[in-house]
Amino acid sequence: MSSIAWTPFWLSFKLAFVTTAVLFVLALPLAWWLAQTRTRLKPFLEALVSLPIVLPPSVLGFYLLWAFAPDSPLGAFLKERLGLELVFSFPGLVVASVIYSFPFMLQPLQSGFESLNRHMLEAAYVAGKTGWQTLLFVALPNIKPALLSALIVTFAHTVGEFGVVLMVGGSIPGETKVASVAIYEYVEIMDYKNAHIYSAIMVGISFAVLTAVYLFNRHHRRRLGGA
Amino acid sequence: MELSVNLTLSAGSFTALTGPSGSGKSTLLRILAGLESADGEIKVSQKRWLANNKSLPPQQRDVGLLFQDYALFEHMSVRQNLLFVQKDPALADALLESTGLSELANRRPAYLSGGQKQRVALCRALMRRPKLLLLDEPLSALDPAMRLTLQHEILKLHREFGTTTLMVSHDPAEIYRMAQRVIRLENGKITADGTPGDVLLKRSGSQKFSFEGEVLEIQKRDAVYVAVVAIGQQIVEVVTDTRTAKNLQIGQQVTVATKAFAPVIVTE
Repeated sequence: MSSIAWTPFWLSFKLAFVTTAVLFVLALPLAWWLAQTRTRLKPFLEALVSLPIVLPPSVLGFYLLWAFAPDSPLGAFLKERLGLELVFSFPGLVVASVIYSFPFMLQPLQSGFESLNRHMLEAAYVAGKTGWQTLLFVALPNIKPALLSALIVTFAHTVGEFGVVLMVGGSIPGETKVASVAIYEYVEIMDYKNAHIYSAIMVGISFAVLTAVYLFNRHHRRRLGGA
Repeated sequence: MELSVNLTLSAGSFTALTGPSGSGKSTLLRILAGLESADGEIKVSQKRWLANNKSLPPQQRDVGLLFQDYALFEHMSVRQNLLFVQKDPALADALLESTGLSELANRRPAYLSGGQKQRVALCRALMRRPKLLLLDEPLSALDPAMRLTLQHEILKLHREFGTTTLMVSHDPAEIYRMAQRVIRLENGKITADGTPGDVLLKRSGSQKFSFEGEVLEIQKRDAVYVAVVAIGQQIVEVVTDTRTAKNLQIGQQVTVATKAFAPVIVTE
């Protein structure tokens, strides 16, 4: 193993990091709202944001590719007004990943919020705290395990993404060629040695990350008194 | 069920709210706190909290609220629970001192007993010096000795802070000890309103000395029948004639009364 090209890994983790950060900001208020709302639209909204779990990645990738294409209305608008080209580019990967990983961020946060004692949140309101203050200083600190799962699973899910990334991003070295795509290409050209190295690294990193999550959750549960 | 209540509480008073479960007691408290919407008007010392569909959010009402399940901020220490409400360390320390919690100030709620938790909740509720203190069955999850201690502490702080206090309770002794006024709510309507003596003491008919109880067992002993009846925390035996005994059923709610002579109190 003379020299491993680390760029695909770096790209994978950059993509996962940006996606996780963007998704946290987007999903947090929605999860908070969904956990408290009594609207009849709730099941429809929940179904909509959960679609990426059941849809084949190629379906999502195809729609995104079609929507981002420079000759589509959305693609044209983005290119002319914002100077954004989302097809075969890193920003396009981020947008695709955000949509694809949305439920993985939303669902743990929402069920975390739903499991909170409603009286505790009401105590904060009566104490004069706004909805935002209650969310940030009361609700979030009390769903730490759910918060951590949301962040880690989103991150891991984005690192492990393949179908959507390949369709929307293609395989441009240094721009959209992430680790999973790189492995696919090594297998295609029958370079099993590098495919093995890359795959082993992915397995190692993923295992380490998930172990860290479960260790933290066990520790946290004990500290809260074994509940 | 429609909750319809017209009520004036005088400033600084201690009022108990009683009645069967589902009669709207908690809902009334939640409406006063602004956690539940309602039609009508709420006026607290010239300030309108609710009027013409305009409702002040809970954040802007001067309310302290105690729940039966304490509802403490689990991730904060006792002291942080108080300071989160209001950054007033002097008041927080004074409250902790007067409820005997000073030594537990750095503990998390998970490491406190029920009575300690409810004390913390009480201190937390007073951090904003509320005009109106709402207590929703605050002591019903505690054992009798702890209830007694906390009843005194609630009363003490109620006087110290001059709050107008409204407490939901099912316990006649507790109400008698604490409140100046009792309101009974049934099916969303006020069915009794007066002093604890007026509302709670039974003076109907000639049954001056009577208790509500539940029949646990009916035994036949020689020529008589003996009913075992649970009254509050006590279990008593009552001798009955055959005809009454035949009509009794296990689990039946009955009144145990004496008419012929005056009861005496015996101390040991």
